[in-house]
Amino acid sequence: MSNFRKINIDGTEYEVPGEYTLMQACEEAAGAEIPRFCYHERLSVAGNCRMCLVEWVGAPKPQASCALTVNDLRPNRDGTPANIRTNSDTVKKAREGVMEFLLINHPLDCPICDQGGECDLQDQAMAYGRDTARFHENKRAVDDKNMGPLVNTIMNRCIQCTRCVRFITEVAGVEEIGLASRGEDAEITTYLEQSLSSELSGNVIDLCPVGALTSKPYAFNARPWELESVESVDLMDAVGSNIRIDSRAGAVLRIMPVINDSINEEWITDKARFNWDGLSRQRLDSPYIRENGKLRVAKWDEALSLAAEKLSGDPSKIAAIVGDLCDAESMKALKDLMSSLDVKNIDCRQDGMTIGSDQRESYLFNSTINGIEDSDAILIIGSNPRLEASLVNTRIRKSWLAGKTTIALVGEFCDLTYDFEHLGTKPSDVLKLSKGKSGFSKIFKEAKRPSVIIGAGALNRKDTNKILSYINILASKSNLITDQWNGYNVLHNAASRVAGLDMKFLPEDGGLCTKKIIEYSKSGDIETLFLLGADELEMSNLNSTFVIYQGSHGDSGAHIADIILPGASYAEKNGIYVNLEGRVQIGMPAVNPKGQAKEDWSIIRALSGHLGKVLPYDNIDSLRSKLFQDHPSFSGIGYIAKPANPKNFDVLPQKVNKASDDVPFVNPICDFYMTNPILRSSNVMAECSSLTDSLDMTEAAE
Amino acid sequence: MVELLKDNDRVFQNLYGFKDWGLDSARDRGAWLGTSAILAQGRDWIIDRVKSSGLRGRGGAGFPTGLKWSFMPKEVGNRPHYLVVNADESEPGSCKDRDILRHEPHLLIEGCLVAAYAMQAHACYIYVRGEYIQERTRLDEAIKQAYAAGLVGKNACGSGWDFDIYMHHGAGAYICGEETALLESLEGKKGQPRLKPPFPAGAGLYGCPTTVNNVESISVVPTILRRGVDWWTQFGRENNKGTKVFSISGHVNNPCNIEEALSIPMRTLLETYAGGVRGGWDNLKCVIPGGSSVPLLPKEICDTVLMDFDALRENQSGLGTAAVIVMDKSTDVIKAIARLSYFYKHESCGQCTPCREGTGWMWRVMERMVRGEADTSEIDMLLSVSKQVEGHTICALGDAAAWPIQGLIRHFRHEIEDRIDSYRANKPVFVQAAE
Repeated sequence: MSNFRKINIDGTEYEVPGEYTLMQACEEAAGAEIPRFCYHERLSVAGNCRMCLVEWVGAPKPQASCALTVNDLRPNRDGTPANIRTNSDTVKKAREGVMEFLLINHPLDCPICDQGGECDLQDQAMAYGRDTARFHENKRAVDDKNMGPLVNTIMNRCIQCTRCVRFITEVAGVEEIGLASRGEDAEITTYLEQSLSSELSGNVIDLCPVGALTSKPYAFNARPWELESVESVDLMDAVGSNIRIDSRAGAVLRIMPVINDSINEEWITDKARFNWDGLSRQRLDSPYIRENGKLRVAKWDEALSLAAEKLSGDPSKIAAIVGDLCDAESMKALKDLMSSLDVKNIDCRQDGMTIGSDQRESYLFNSTINGIEDSDAILIIGSNPRLEASLVNTRIRKSWLAGKTTIALVGEFCDLTYDFEHLGTKPSDVLKLSKGKSGFSKIFKEAKRPSVIIGAGALNRKDTNKILSYINILASKSNLITDQWNGYNVLHNAASRVAGLDMKFLPEDGGLCTKKIIEYSKSGDIETLFLLGADELEMSNLNSTFVIYQGSHGDSGAHIADIILPGASYAEKNGIYVNLEGRVQIGMPAVNPKGQAKEDWSIIRALSGHLGKVLPYDNIDSLRSKLFQDHPSFSGIGYIAKPANPKNFDVLPQKVNKASDDVPFVNPICDFYMTNPILRSSNVMAECSSLTDSLDMTEAAE
Repeated sequence: MVELLKDNDRVFQNLYGFKDWGLDSARDRGAWLGTSAILAQGRDWIIDRVKSSGLRGRGGAGFPTGLKWSFMPKEVGNRPHYLVVNADESEPGSCKDRDILRHEPHLLIEGCLVAAYAMQAHACYIYVRGEYIQERTRLDEAIKQAYAAGLVGKNACGSGWDFDIYMHHGAGAYICGEETALLESLEGKKGQPRLKPPFPAGAGLYGCPTTVNNVESISVVPTILRRGVDWWTQFGRENNKGTKVFSISGHVNNPCNIEEALSIPMRTLLETYAGGVRGGWDNLKCVIPGGSSVPLLPKEICDTVLMDFDALRENQSGLGTAAVIVMDKSTDVIKAIARLSYFYKHESCGQCTPCREGTGWMWRVMERMVRGEADTSEIDMLLSVSKQVEGHTICALGDAAAWPIQGLIRHFRHEIEDRIDSYRANKPVFVQAAE
């Protein structure tokens, strides 16, 4: 940033960094507005819409301000800084001309277009266009393309800005959209006329400046000015993408990304964007009690009294497991309730993960999501980040595209959208790496900021500790953990996990972990099991246990439950969430809980009253004060509580003697679209899932 | 009377293929004579000479060749330098490179070596137009001959400089003649022009410093260096020095390629070499002096205009590739320009808005004007649309599509108006009933 250059914009002189584009200089320094269609901050510069033309006084032609940098400008002959005009007649005429060209073949079907009201073309035509049409020929007709169940195409409206092409090839990393043909026959198309295989495909809807690519599930649902928006946090994976939930009259109608440069940049995954139809299906809208093998609707009082009765027995025969979508407040309330009952069998790791009892770094994505872009060698163990944390994967791809990193994988082979060295599938391959002297071993050991990404698939095994000890060996031979850098990254895939671990929602001394709880339930040693949104368990083992299920959706947990306490989904409650890097965020409610359902913490608070162990908070604020007091890491909303010195961290402090059984790693996610109860309730996700299956099938057949 | 170019002052002695194209014959005509001595003079000497010869690019834009070469980095950094020769001659009317490729390939190969040596490029790519199949075969054989004779390859011509020539065959898109689209195509991508800056001299082929030159510009360089700058600069006016191959086509008695000195009067050129306009000079209607993309000139201007960059520019046209398209009075000039509009609409790459949308629009209006099925006010609208395309696009194809139409309206507006009037004259007029 040392290279500052003088530039004269609209008659005033400014000093701006030389690497700024003219567009940046005009907008950031001079505050001038530059219209654009093809330019997007996070994509490569195409310079093809020609809407951003500005006048460089003295140059024969107007210049595309998105592509020209301040360094490219020559000073005037008399040595004064180059003059840029953003509002001269030349510029005005150029914009009018481009606008006219864009509109001549545009259908102008705004009244039936879903983009209406938030359309760049509409807005800019108002601001920069002419008021009359001079084009009297026939308009071009373009065939609509098949882009799958998520993206609706009305290609007549396309203005060939190629943002979608650039997003899909650069960010998503699947070359499936392109500009075919040339001249006025140029069309944006999926090469093979089949559904996009990217898990980020929905972002092209936001990128499209016109109504050519719109949301298929949202089609003709609402106009943007009818919607109420709240900002919240996505729970479909552990990344904690920032989202905006748009609703109308109590129904969530769409979900869009909110820019957060530390987390999701400007993107969200397809399951974050399209899970909303799952929010209105399979909902638990009133308490239920199982009688004679059948669930019947019950009153809250009735259900809570029965639950209280069942929970007041022998604490060693009671257990609680929380699921993947819980907010920190409800977990805190449940933890407090369980400890007041002296129940030690509690766990927040329903997938059977064994880590979390050590210091905070042992279960965080320590490099941070932004920081992974600085890592110059990345080793992925037992994980498919593309499916487990798609937006972390895009960061790795971004870094790889820039040639800043080398990647290797130990685990199931998969398409990660970038090149990597496949070192093997077993834990022993990690050990081999730490002993190796050439290839990736050498790169990793010489790297200044190497990092390890270890997935949930490697952390719920019997030999997890042995694997961690291998990483410890690797750490001792490399810069994995230094004073400035901690490259040990745990890749969670459950949104509630880090918050649960942070508040130590873990078996207390002598308590049972998830695997044991299930085992004891089967044998009858656990009599009452409280499931807070936990649906990913082997439910057939729980037939003889009395199950109290609190959650939002009628999924596997509700099917075997004896009491159902209807809770709120993430769109209906005020909740704190901690993402995989340890960043604390607050989600806001967009709509009310369905039917008689309540916010989860308040159900537990009410239950505590029935048990005679009243929890010391009457509203969410006092619950939060208690949470911040007991676990200070929660109090920095928007931040990651950082340890003083990363060097004091050991991946695995204790010694492990038990040998690894060296079974190949298995990735935890096999169906990207079906990872939680909300997604399993969604028709759109079901369609995506079946389509992915059929794609896999055809590939296998060939 | 203008003095004509003497035969022995022609660079391309075998332009018509009357003699053998092969290496021995080319050597007899002077090719490869003293090449190693030229190389031995060093890079700066070569570039200086080319600069002082005033050679301007023969591909259309007329950019000074020596200056272009001097934009290349002085030292080779961590990226190699490349020379790319643009043999994608697709401009309607232009056929000069074709004759060079098939009859004088050794001049081109020698020029490649000299230019590459001056720019410290070890590799040269020649991008040959897709339709030039025999030319490609011929050039391929010539390159093989040059390799066999040790003129190119390792220690080319005994200079100690390793130099390889690769020939690439295009797929037949006009836009790939634009230098950056050519580079994209050469890299295996879709032929779409790049944004400039960065210019190819900074980041060209595979992101490395690259110079792209026309076949003719490269081919004349060895002869200039051999015969001296003074010899070269005796031809043509100031700033328009040297000789040039003119491709004369259309309504002349003897269409031909002819090498002549720049600044020769157009009338002399046509009457001396092309056998004059069909039906005599007075039967001339207009001339497109530099290939389809420059504005046409009516007879009044053609009577006196000189054929060089500056004189044609002063008359709001251009020398372009010096492809002179002659039209006599039997020509429907509106239809002729409409056909060119169709060409540009067909060849637009579709990347940037004004050209993608504007070329189709202009062509459709032109088609109606051919029939007269238009309103006189649409002439001005067409002109304004063409101005909206011109100068607002990534590459010059937008300009090339706009200029012929602008030239037509500038000089033959009356004809369009007459056409519209006569179309209307035979049609009943419907007057909207008063409301």
